[in-house]
Amino acid sequence: MVEKRFTAGKLLIYLILVLLCATIVIAFWHLLNLSLSPSHIATKGGLLLYPKEATLDNYSRVIDNRYIWLGYKNTLIRTIVGTVLQLFFTAMGAYVLSKRFFPHRTFWTLFIVFTMFFSGGLIPTYLLVKNLGLLDTYAAMILPGFISAYNMVIIRNYFQSMPEEIEESCLIDGAGRFRIFLQFVLPLSKPILATVALWLVVGHWNSWFDVLIYIQDDTKFTLQIVLRRIILTGSKEILDTSAAANAAEMEKAVSSEGLKAACIYVTTLPILCAYPFVQKFFVKGIMIGSLKG
Amino acid sequence: MTGIGARVPQRQSAFRRGLHSFAGYRKYSALTLMFIPVVAYFIIFKYIPMGGIAIAFENYKIKEGIFGSAWCGLDNFNKAFAMATFRRSVWNTLTISGLKLLFGFPMPIILALMLNEVTHVRFKKTVQTISYLPHFLSWVVLAGMFQQLLSPNNGAVNAVLRDVFGVKDSIYFLGNNKYFRGTLIVTDIWKNVGWSSILYLATISGIDPELYEAATVDGASRWQCTRYITIPSLVSTIVIMLILSIGSIMDAGFDQVFNLYNSAVYQTGDIIDTYVYRYGLGDMKYALATAVGLFKNVIAFVLVVGTNLITRRISGEGIW
Repeated sequence: MVEKRFTAGKLLIYLILVLLCATIVIAFWHLLNLSLSPSHIATKGGLLLYPKEATLDNYSRVIDNRYIWLGYKNTLIRTIVGTVLQLFFTAMGAYVLSKRFFPHRTFWTLFIVFTMFFSGGLIPTYLLVKNLGLLDTYAAMILPGFISAYNMVIIRNYFQSMPEEIEESCLIDGAGRFRIFLQFVLPLSKPILATVALWLVVGHWNSWFDVLIYIQDDTKFTLQIVLRRIILTGSKEILDTSAAANAAEMEKAVSSEGLKAACIYVTTLPILCAYPFVQKFFVKGIMIGSLKG
Repeated sequence: MTGIGARVPQRQSAFRRGLHSFAGYRKYSALTLMFIPVVAYFIIFKYIPMGGIAIAFENYKIKEGIFGSAWCGLDNFNKAFAMATFRRSVWNTLTISGLKLLFGFPMPIILALMLNEVTHVRFKKTVQTISYLPHFLSWVVLAGMFQQLLSPNNGAVNAVLRDVFGVKDSIYFLGNNKYFRGTLIVTDIWKNVGWSSILYLATISGIDPELYEAATVDGASRWQCTRYITIPSLVSTIVIMLILSIGSIMDAGFDQVFNLYNSAVYQTGDIIDTYVYRYGLGDMKYALATAVGLFKNVIAFVLVVGTNLITRRISGEGIW
């Protein structure tokens, strides 16, 4: 099947694919150059294909901003705590539902799956979080979406494919269900748990709406919200908070465009670094997701 | 199956059967204990808000709460439908979703078919890696990027349009009602085309290679192989994906619109979800916003369940 011959049609296909990738690569490359540009080049604009008069002023300004660091801290807290807890409880629910002999299993599955298709909506959920006194807490970033019915069904399907006989022999040996779950089922399900964990990590890292509505305290803002504010309010926030003695002179070196670009890179750097290595796990994950039933 | 000597199950009253199944919770007490926190979570964070929908039928006052506020029937719905801005948001939602479906749906299929023609493995891998990347970035990040790239003053896209294509007036993609929907559709495709192609690529890789070999022996060209083998094999996946996207037509993409729009483009860009956010949490019109949200959720629910039933019938197994 391997044809080495380059026909016109094939050339066209290669060209279109290169163009598609070019729009993505150039967009990021341009933004990188913008973030490395001094004020007079960044404000002039246009497409920057190479770094002209490269400077790290924008970055040093962004790094000086304490909200970026607070954002990193808060994003890391919610990502780590959220992912670990959510994964554990999702798997626990999935384990129970994977047992065919669990009473009213069909009812409980429907009870949970129903929440995938219908919800109270924005306002009732907001009022609940508010009435529970969770506004301005990390819990507000983790609890409202704590267990996803979708993830639970996917993990349950994996558990169901594991032979019950081995568990039964453990039971005879005197191990309880919970211990079997911890010491036997979880370690054997690493592939599916890793996949779901990756989804949760990316979800937390990119999540912004919950912080926007539930968190007023700016020391609890996550990276996405810090970035959103900088993009919306311009660079004012960064320029104001860094108590530069000579603000006017500093403003000459950096520009709103350059600062925003630098912020985008600082906040997305972890994703860009990890992406090439974890990409294939996500591709596997999408196949798991499509093979349920 | 029921031959002579088959065991006839003992008849039990419904009541006793019920008791028997509840005894299961005690029998499997460890599992029950493990399940309690999970059920508690779903009750508190999913089902209590569903009860909160009652607000939609109340003249809700924050001070009086859900239980103290007076009922008002369908007043909130009538009020919403009387508002031109609400009707506009419904129309915008359907238009934006519809256009995304029309232009965005075929793109991943075309991309998958094109990638299938690529014989250089490393080139294919590179294209895939690059095109999947935007999927992993939030709309906050991408909105920051697009605001810079699409700026009418010093954005790169307008500079290219001016210098390469000779477009004289710079285009305000994100601030002009003429261009806003187009910008939404193109940026949505840009973000998702690569990622959405994975499913089609997987289907293609599952096609029996002998089919192609037989066809090539019979003198079929590359295009004929695509036309008569690859595309027909993709049809069932395409149909399922199409039905599923119709099921989510009420979601025009809140994250994207909310981060890209501004008051200048409400006319073409304000969708139901952004409307609920602005009226509900911005103006604290809780009852009205809950009613609008309910209106959307009920339609979405009917569509999703309906389309799931259809896919179940087509593919033999549903999406859940």
